[in-house]
Amino acid sequence: MTTPTAEPRSIIVVTAGVSDPSSTTLLANRLAQKSVDLLGGRGIRAEVSTIELPALVGEIGKASVVGFVGQELQGAIDRLARADAVIAATPVYKADVSGLFKSFLDVLDNDLLIAKPVALVATAGTSRHALVPDERMRPLFAYLRALTIPTSLFAAPEDWAERSLSTRVERAATELAALVESGVTASITDVAWSGYQHTYGSSARPTGAAAELGEIDFDSDLMRLATGG
Amino acid sequence: MQFGIFSVSDITSDPVSGHTPSEAERIQATVATARHADEAGLDVFAVGEHHNPPFFDSSPTTLLAAIAAQTRQIQLSTSTTLITTNDPVRIAEDYAMLQHLSQGRLDLMLGRGNTVPVYPWFGKDIRKGVHLALENYNLLHRLWREDVVDWDGEFRTPLQGFTATPRPLDDVPPFVWHGSIRTPEIAEQAAYYGNGFFANNILAPMGHFKPLVDFYRQRFEHYGHGRAQDAFVGLGGQAYIAKRSQDAYKNFRPYFDNNPFGLQMSLEEWASATPTSVGSPQEVIEKTLSFQEIYGDYQRQLWALDTLGLPLAEVLKQIDLLAEEVVPVLRKEMEARRAPGVPSTAPTHAQLVKAKYGDGPVRQPTPNRNRGDNTAGASPYQDGDPSAVAVHPQP
Repeated sequence: MTTPTAEPRSIIVVTAGVSDPSSTTLLANRLAQKSVDLLGGRGIRAEVSTIELPALVGEIGKASVVGFVGQELQGAIDRLARADAVIAATPVYKADVSGLFKSFLDVLDNDLLIAKPVALVATAGTSRHALVPDERMRPLFAYLRALTIPTSLFAAPEDWAERSLSTRVERAATELAALVESGVTASITDVAWSGYQHTYGSSARPTGAAAELGEIDFDSDLMRLATGG
Repeated sequence: MQFGIFSVSDITSDPVSGHTPSEAERIQATVATARHADEAGLDVFAVGEHHNPPFFDSSPTTLLAAIAAQTRQIQLSTSTTLITTNDPVRIAEDYAMLQHLSQGRLDLMLGRGNTVPVYPWFGKDIRKGVHLALENYNLLHRLWREDVVDWDGEFRTPLQGFTATPRPLDDVPPFVWHGSIRTPEIAEQAAYYGNGFFANNILAPMGHFKPLVDFYRQRFEHYGHGRAQDAFVGLGGQAYIAKRSQDAYKNFRPYFDNNPFGLQMSLEEWASATPTSVGSPQEVIEKTLSFQEIYGDYQRQLWALDTLGLPLAEVLKQIDLLAEEVVPVLRKEMEARRAPGVPSTAPTHAQLVKAKYGDGPVRQPTPNRNRGDNTAGASPYQDGDPSAVAVHPQP
């Protein structure tokens, strides 16, 4: 099915890590690299690009407060709309995902990530926050109807010295690569896109949605009411 | 092309003088603004409807009736009339009356209103906002076109043998615009009826409303009202003009910085990213011409001027600059660029009368003697067909 000339698959790292280098981004990048390697081993080219949320903080702020989406932010959203997989990474602040990370998710269209493979990554200053990916991030992406992979990644300072972190990275990469290779996103959206709730003007552009009028259901109760009832 | 101004009817403290106008002062200032726009030769004055402070215009038909009495040529409109929380029967009555008193210088723009608490104040539920807007307009459309209406819907008591009085002027309903910024159902309804579609064109990036406007155009054609490019499109915008660009920025900055929207952007950044025009007449002209490039030929351009606490004297000056230095150039330029056959305005009353009657006699509805109700017997109007008996709704 996949030929060497096919478009490379796009894996996007979304990171709310703030320091440089950021351990959050570092962990996400390890997963990204491992996923690319695994896919490459199966003859599938994949490219990684990164959306650094700190660089978008001003536009995310404006979008949160007045709904005004600036060019950079819209560019990031459009890239996510075309992504084959997303690695979502955040530091843990005050026992939760960072406010920046949550604010970014808040301004995304609800249907932007439907059926997309998403890996959950978090880092923290203490292992007491180890459940943040599963208990805080996973519900967020469930709301967005993304396909979160089974293994989430979490690293406290002591984990960086542990071989087990690499094992988890490999497991997560295996899961992410398998979903990307399967084409599961298109299998779902091609058939079922219209069955999800959408908002007009969304940036979501899955393969199953027709380019223009396709996202509008003319057979809804409201549309019938619009045309005289 | 029609050029005019629209007001949200906000009462905002002037950040330069520190003065906050009273309701009395602001209401009189609005009448003076409309009068001045009329004298200066602008084509349209529109005002919004709000039911909470710091806005004053809860009663646009009363306000516009006073303005109609004091103006000669300007077209009066709304921005918007709440089609959700108002009873469509009252809209039919109030605006038909206003249409008579303004002698046909009236159209109106319907909007939903997005202030959550307003809905329960009027016994409505905002979660049903789109339903309300669509159903209420379906009824309004009939009330203005049928002398006697039997009707049953979800949101108001049924009507049996109801006649909305007065009948529209010359039995031709006012032209209706549907205002929306993100709801395809509203655009669909505008297209279905061949009505106008208006995007407020504020508080969003340049071109943001194009997908919805294009959708409306395609559906207008789909329903057989004409080509997509002939559909009736209106756009808003905001403008602040000074002879010299740097003065426009300097003078407008305190008002912009005081905006209630929480915009953490510089005026320069805002003016370059959004449809807001700040600058010399030439800059405002160029910005507005770019709307035509983005949205295609359109029929109505309205600017918000009297907002953010701008004092009356400054608003009047802005009207003069618009009318003397911006609109004449735009009028010429936009008409020159307009594709052949595309209407230059939405239908005026005179055009609608002509379209309905040609050179024939114009209907002037004249009632029969009062007989209590219209549920039985023929038309309540003298020119009705006596054999056409109103039908009882089936129980």
